[in-house]
Amino acid sequence: MTEAIEEAILQHLAPAPDATIEDTFPWAASNNFDHNAVVGSVKSLSVEAYVSATELSTSFYTLSKEAQGVLQHGSHEVRVLRALVQAGQDGLTMADLQSQVGGKDVCKIGMGNCMKHKWAKKDGDKLVALLGVKDVTDETQGQLQKVQEANGVLNGILNDKEINLLKRRKLISLVTRKSYSVVRGKDYMPKRVKKAADLTKEMLDSGEWKTMPFKPYNFLTLGEKVGGGYLHPLLKVRAEFRKILMQMGFQEMPTNKWVESSFWNFDSLFQPQSHPARDAHDTFFIKEPASTVSVPEDYFQRVKDMHERGGAGSIGYRYDFKREEAFKNLLRTHTTAISSQMLYKLANQPGGFQPARYFSIDRVFRNETMDATHLCEFHQVEGLVADYDLSLGDLIGTIETFFKKIGITQLRFKPAFNPYTEPSMEIFGYHPDLKKWTEIGNSGMFRPEMLAPMGLPENVRVIAWGLSLERPTMIKYRIKNIRDLFGHKVEMARTRTAPICRFDNVTA
Amino acid sequence: MPTLAVERDALFTSLGRSYTREEFDELCFEFGVELDDVTSEREEADKASATKLSKKQLSVFSDSVIYKIDVPANRYDLLCIEGLSRAIKIFLGDLDAPQYQVVQVPESDMERMVVQQSTTATIRPFVVCAILRDVTFTQERYQSFIELQDQLHRNLCRQRTLVAIGTHDMDTVQGPFKYEARAPSHINFVPLTHSATQQTFDAKALLEHYETEPACKHLKPYVPIIKDSPLYPVVLDSNETVMSLPPIINGSKSKITLDTTNVFIECTATDLTKANIVLDTVVTMFSEYAAKPFTVEPVRVEFVDASSQITKSYITPQMYTRNESASVSFVNSLIGINITAQKMVELCNKIQLGPATLLDNDTMLQVTVPPTRSDILHAVDIAEDIGIAFGYNNIVKRVPTTATVGSEQPLATLGDLLREEIARAGYIEVLTHGLCSIHDNFTALRRSITSAVSLSNPANAEYQVVRTTLLPGLLKTLQHNRSASFANGFKLFEISDVVLPDDKHVVTETIVGARNSRKVCGVYAGPTSGFEIIHGLVDRIMTLTEVQPEEEYIKNSAKGLEEQYRVSREGWYYTIRALDTDDVNGHASSGTYFPGRAAEVLLTKPGVEEKMSIGTFGILHPEVLTNFDIQYPTSALELDLECLL
Repeated sequence: MTEAIEEAILQHLAPAPDATIEDTFPWAASNNFDHNAVVGSVKSLSVEAYVSATELSTSFYTLSKEAQGVLQHGSHEVRVLRALVQAGQDGLTMADLQSQVGGKDVCKIGMGNCMKHKWAKKDGDKLVALLGVKDVTDETQGQLQKVQEANGVLNGILNDKEINLLKRRKLISLVTRKSYSVVRGKDYMPKRVKKAADLTKEMLDSGEWKTMPFKPYNFLTLGEKVGGGYLHPLLKVRAEFRKILMQMGFQEMPTNKWVESSFWNFDSLFQPQSHPARDAHDTFFIKEPASTVSVPEDYFQRVKDMHERGGAGSIGYRYDFKREEAFKNLLRTHTTAISSQMLYKLANQPGGFQPARYFSIDRVFRNETMDATHLCEFHQVEGLVADYDLSLGDLIGTIETFFKKIGITQLRFKPAFNPYTEPSMEIFGYHPDLKKWTEIGNSGMFRPEMLAPMGLPENVRVIAWGLSLERPTMIKYRIKNIRDLFGHKVEMARTRTAPICRFDNVTA
Repeated sequence: MPTLAVERDALFTSLGRSYTREEFDELCFEFGVELDDVTSEREEADKASATKLSKKQLSVFSDSVIYKIDVPANRYDLLCIEGLSRAIKIFLGDLDAPQYQVVQVPESDMERMVVQQSTTATIRPFVVCAILRDVTFTQERYQSFIELQDQLHRNLCRQRTLVAIGTHDMDTVQGPFKYEARAPSHINFVPLTHSATQQTFDAKALLEHYETEPACKHLKPYVPIIKDSPLYPVVLDSNETVMSLPPIINGSKSKITLDTTNVFIECTATDLTKANIVLDTVVTMFSEYAAKPFTVEPVRVEFVDASSQITKSYITPQMYTRNESASVSFVNSLIGINITAQKMVELCNKIQLGPATLLDNDTMLQVTVPPTRSDILHAVDIAEDIGIAFGYNNIVKRVPTTATVGSEQPLATLGDLLREEIARAGYIEVLTHGLCSIHDNFTALRRSITSAVSLSNPANAEYQVVRTTLLPGLLKTLQHNRSASFANGFKLFEISDVVLPDDKHVVTETIVGARNSRKVCGVYAGPTSGFEIIHGLVDRIMTLTEVQPEEEYIKNSAKGLEEQYRVSREGWYYTIRALDTDDVNGHASSGTYFPGRAAEVLLTKPGVEEKMSIGTFGILHPEVLTNFDIQYPTSALELDLECLL
């Protein structure tokens, strides 16, 4: 059918360059085509410039089903009047009238109009005609006949008042029809030559591609989705951070240990047992297995002594150190619980201490109130250097090296307090994405009270810094709510569109 | 980090300087506190109110500017406006650090506290006391005095469990004072909360009242500290007037008013060291308002046994001023600066560690640690303060020079390489929570509840256990992405840890009773189950980790070029075996899968006698899908990664 329509259109335009289809609607009717199909063909032909089409908009009135009844039997009011006239002076009851005019609606509307025109009056429960029907012309019917004759185009045929009345009586309604006027396009040919949309294997095999005309390509649409899988944005950043830290000579720590003893998580760091961070408000304690089974006893004793009485130049915290408190199991609150174990091993390895740099990026758990930027679990990035006679200057230099690699070049350091580092510094950076100064990490030198019980030589100092992985990721990938990054509520569309993680293209 | 709210104008008056917000922010930064927020009572009230307050309603609140300042958790001397402004003035060189002094007075009954050791030992063994003489209170000073006690109670005193402070108008009571523990029914008094009505309570009834009375809800958290003890601690005067029921409430009789001039302070405690720090802090801060500023009178605390014999005694407040020393070269080396000994002496005065002197030919710096600086434990604390006074941002940066070689954990390497490959195979990576409900971890997967690491204080029902499987996280992700297109299958994966109870696992000579286990988990959900697709991922993972299929396993498969080019580790083989899904006592994951559509992956390794099961895969049971509200058939795999290292 489509081909037949296309052919008919092109043929219609064949006789002369200025041949025209004035309006596709009557043209379709006269050729016995469906108008919608004709419109489809016109559009298809105009894409390839065989034809040029101008949209036409035609407004006209159509008659409702009720109006058809009026045309056939007269208007409601006239039908009522006729019945009343026939009944004479006695008039008709409602029920009789209804059965005579054939319908409740006709009766009701007709009656109303008769009263309005003063053609009839109420007499008790009856309605009686006031004058002869012969004198009445059926105006409504006449108007509708005019509408029908004019094919609904009423300009100058009825006045606005009449049109509005008919519309209100729901006898006519306005419709708008879209159609086209069609002339030759710039590439007009009397016969359509089929163009290929795509190059196929068959064309290659047959050589048809040499002669085949191709449809123009619409370049203003996106390509197909590539499919395949996608990596999670946070873990892309993790991979990049790992790379950076390894480039800086840092060795990854085995942090695959979420359940930890209070001893390694707090006590070994010289964090007193009464420290508020050890409250259930901040830390997830473990119901089962509730207690640590064993710790290195000699070291445990040295840690206990340091808390209770001090040593290595410190006055200690001077309180009763409780074994039960140290043996309470918990979900680690920081990866420093592992750093502490690495330093203990470093001090006690065969051959003794050797300078080392360690890093880790792994999960930690805090019993915190959750909000848009806090979850009960998050990833901590931590780096530390253990070497002889390190200084705060070394820490500042190391931190600057790291942050420079992730695109943050302007840093400031604020004095701060951490229970297990002294000196301690909060790291503030001018963030090129946020365009403002913001806290970006925490740092310090581990206290001698922490290092001495491990057996590290006296002039070995350990510098360390840490930050969360989530925050730089949220800034990088413009994520406002941490739940959109971590957990099962992440939209896959976000993962699909996340760019590769680069820090070298950030302009400060 | 504690936050101190101070009125800006009062602070600036006290400092004798004024600043723009930016200037003050900068000063805070250098000093080591943080200007966290700038607000006013009116602004706070407006923010706190659920409904919008009218201008008239707001007008009752002051609009004077309040600075909220974050103070380091170990600097108790900065928890009130007196201490903060004093420390800043000294830092700026506007003030010399005060010399705190315990005045020697002839001992009298008013300066004695007698502790009944046998009873107090059972509940709250220690008390330390001090007397502030001839102080002048104003409304602002009084308010600050109360707020400092609140701050200390919250922080150092750990919600009054370690130390509780009681302050009294000394002219309303009569020494010697007594500290005892008595049966609650024998403690009757009018508490401070009922000064207006003068209602008397016995101690038990009072605690019950505090537990239920909404007007006293601020005291409710402290009730459990003593409620169930047979004896309650009580401080009395010699006329048996109850001065306080520590750590709950003071008596009404000794209440401090603006007219009070002589203040008796008692701190009862379970930790004597902390009690002394608390007392010294209160005294050093508020002795500023004594007739002779920075002086305090001592109290002798005598412990008596059942026969009233004195067993020990001490005098408080300690107002412990001590000398600490740090070598000049150590300080320079630790901070990474090179300043002269004389310069260090100067800097010490800025940070309340003066007067400092030089010993041993100017190689040793000796500083004076005032009672306000309980945070100084070691020479590093002195070095840090000198660093702050020097300015952290003036330190010349350098980097450690020892060369070290970067390296990664083998398990992390394996995981990262596999992540890339599995993503290449069309799977989307997810990152789900390690904490999980028992329902999601077991019941919803049609698994019996076996042991898992469980939390004693879960924040909510989602956090009952540490997951023992990655599957719930992936299934919940499917559930939340249900509006996505499943027409071509929806593929997810995660490589992460689960935690399993294990009382043999040793790390750093320590057994905690659990171990992490790294898993790879993948799911496919689509119009059809995708069993073969998940099965294909199993084979792919084994190919990538250089494990070859057993001959028997692949004898029915078409052997393509892949088999010819396969590279495998010597002696490493795998095969799969149908999982008996009817046997509820069989594999832990049996119930999770559709009957007859699940398999176990078995690994043969050199040096390991038996084939080991390293995981399972299969079509998920429709009830599991219902439990996770998943509309499409789904297949899943979960394998152990560590055995593939």
